[in-house]
Amino acid sequence: MSSTDTLLLSRLAEAVFWTGRYLERAECTARLVQAHTELFLDLPRSVGLTFVPLLALTGSEDVFTELGGAPTEENVVAHLVAEPSNPSSIVASLTAARDNMRTTRQLFPRESWESINLLHLWATAQAEECTNRTVRTGWLTAVSREVQQLTGLLAGAMSHDETYVFLRLGRHLERADMTTRVLDVRATTLLAVRDDALRPYADVQWVSVLRSLSAYQMYRRKVHARVQGPEVLRFLLQDEQFPRSVRHCLTQIGTALPDLPRHEVPLATSVDALEHVTTAEVRALAWDGLHEFVDDLQGRLAAIHDAVDETWFRPEDSTPADAVDGQPLDDTAAAGATV
Amino acid sequence: MDWDHYDPTVTYDEFLTTEGTPRQALSGVADFLGTLDANELLRRQEAAEAAMAAMGITFTVYDENSNIDRTWPFDVVPRVIPAAEWRQVRRGLEQRLAALNHFIDDIYGDGKILADKVVPRELIEGSPNFRAECVGAEPAFGVWAHICGSDLVRDADGTMYVLEDNLRVPSGVSYMLENRLVTKRVFPELFRNLDIQPVDDYPSRLFDLLASLSAHPDDTVTAAVLTPGVYNSAYFEHAFLAQQMGVELVEGPDLFVEDDTLFMRTIHGPAKVDVLYRRVDDLFIDPDVFVPESVLGVRGLMRAWRAGNVAIANAPGAGVADDKVVYTYVPDMIRYYLGEEPLVPNVPTFRCDEPAELSHVLANLGDLVVKPANESGGYGVFVGPASTVAEQEEVAAKIKEDPRNWIGQPTLALSTAPTLCDGRLEPRHIDLRPFILTGNDSYVTHGGLTRVALREGSLVVNSSQGGGSKDTWILEEDA
Repeated sequence: MSSTDTLLLSRLAEAVFWTGRYLERAECTARLVQAHTELFLDLPRSVGLTFVPLLALTGSEDVFTELGGAPTEENVVAHLVAEPSNPSSIVASLTAARDNMRTTRQLFPRESWESINLLHLWATAQAEECTNRTVRTGWLTAVSREVQQLTGLLAGAMSHDETYVFLRLGRHLERADMTTRVLDVRATTLLAVRDDALRPYADVQWVSVLRSLSAYQMYRRKVHARVQGPEVLRFLLQDEQFPRSVRHCLTQIGTALPDLPRHEVPLATSVDALEHVTTAEVRALAWDGLHEFVDDLQGRLAAIHDAVDETWFRPEDSTPADAVDGQPLDDTAAAGATV
Repeated sequence: MDWDHYDPTVTYDEFLTTEGTPRQALSGVADFLGTLDANELLRRQEAAEAAMAAMGITFTVYDENSNIDRTWPFDVVPRVIPAAEWRQVRRGLEQRLAALNHFIDDIYGDGKILADKVVPRELIEGSPNFRAECVGAEPAFGVWAHICGSDLVRDADGTMYVLEDNLRVPSGVSYMLENRLVTKRVFPELFRNLDIQPVDDYPSRLFDLLASLSAHPDDTVTAAVLTPGVYNSAYFEHAFLAQQMGVELVEGPDLFVEDDTLFMRTIHGPAKVDVLYRRVDDLFIDPDVFVPESVLGVRGLMRAWRAGNVAIANAPGAGVADDKVVYTYVPDMIRYYLGEEPLVPNVPTFRCDEPAELSHVLANLGDLVVKPANESGGYGVFVGPASTVAEQEEVAAKIKEDPRNWIGQPTLALSTAPTLCDGRLEPRHIDLRPFILTGNDSYVTHGGLTRVALREGSLVVNSSQGGGSKDTWILEEDA
């Protein structure tokens, strides 16, 4: 136990963890839509780039199909930015982060609640206009900036106690997950480019992969060669210092976990995943097997999530009453968080 | 600001005398307001509203499923009470709570006041708020109603009356604290130049009270606030108080009872809870004993409480004294238990279960305010002077059907206070809810929550019915 005087409720730990995930999700999605919009403007129309890949990337296809809109730029962007029924949309993520923070506000510095509250009010009011490209850039940049500011506020103003550890866990799991998604959807469509005439634009697309993760500048500083697939993969999966690389996220998770009680199973799961990423021959994946690799990696991230969930959010106790009730503890605990 | 258009003669005005001059004790505030023009005052009002929105100060109205929170309506002009007057009121409230706690302890104990026929036995035993499961329990200091919010109103002649005592789960104290925070932001110069009693020690007082109820008050005490959850109208307050006291905010599923001991589920495993400040109605706190479908409480809580392993504030059963008919007996309780005369009077009230008073109420519906005995939040209140004949017939039928559940009161001309409406100050009716903490000793908030009926002529101040609030200043006169 890192401190003896605080008693973090399981339900609150879960809500804090989801706050971390949703804040990160809002920021990642903002970055992604922005990078894609830029790519869309750069590529010749003959490439036939649409906004549809963003749906797969954010796992939003099903809801989009259900709503039945045509897959135009306006509709896809509106879906990813403002659609309340799409749990991955920026507005829905901010709402969920705010809802989770609302139930845990006593754990956070007061200014951070005011900050998410203002961000939510502002973002919701302006989101509709994001179908317009000129408005879009300003809005998306502002969302990223505000979330970053909130993250900074939390880092600088709240004790780095167990509560904070759950925030970090949520943030880094979501971030690692987003990096793998970007690689999966983007890179597999890239690899499919066989037409020599389009080759020059493949580089542009790899640049876009980096930009989607705000990685372009840091990549250039680190890798003194032109942007090419194998190096991009290595950088985004295995770089030790870049904060959005999968390896970095898993390292962060691995250093955060020992601050929590009963951390053995989640820690072992995260160490496994880290080893797997660190030792893989990722450069070769640029030609073959990337999808399978990413699929496996996402499974490992999900396993960490499940281990965290089972260890701290589903505490066992021997209340006979609950058994008599026939009500599994899972249900009651899950009701506390917006999932 | 000029007062030329302001009519201080609607009823007693808190700020101006009938001649239109500021009351003596308020001259400092009046001087300051005099230096602000209408635009400046409006600017401060907007600043206050922006601060409220940023701070996420909200409340919920039950029929609005779509929107879980609304910004708390706030009027920037403070309501001022001279400290000398307040000292008298404070003593009256302490006296009242002492008597009420004696009464509840007596009801669940020997029942002397019933045996002596000061309060009719059938009134208590037939009350929906009487909990037979509490008979014989012995909470610390003999105190059951640890936290009370009593509503005070001032009539046209300037007399302060107690309108009702909220002894179940009274809310509003967080708004009192937030109103002060916002007012300090928008009128910083006033706080420099006037002696306004601070209100922000309430959370520490509340924590000390809760800690004193623990079976082991000298050890480290684990206290928690029990909330029904985020959809409850007072959730904001539950979270606020937990945060201010540095204790956990728990919901039913966070808790369980084993070996007659209350535990909460934490990431370290079970942790014992010594004191529970419940903001859930007692009918829902333990499905083994009360409403069996409740998921807001925890099985076995009553057992743990009766075993003395956990203190509950307010104690289950305390609501028996929070009934508008029982209210009418409070002056008698003060005389019976304390041998004193009430310092703050009750509003004269007709009990419909007494035939003579019932006829009087039915014959004078157009002049009276009629209330169901067990509702709160202003629900079900019938205001005679504002009613139609059809509404009078409707309420008459309800009263005749269940006279025990109704009381009638003269329509008080609630006092007015200057309120910013459409860019100028207008008199609006107000009330006041101070909070009284009772344990081994007692504490009364410095002022309380002033609620204001924002619609012209309206007497209904409840936030659920279009009311707003004001900061309340207990102002020390210059020495």
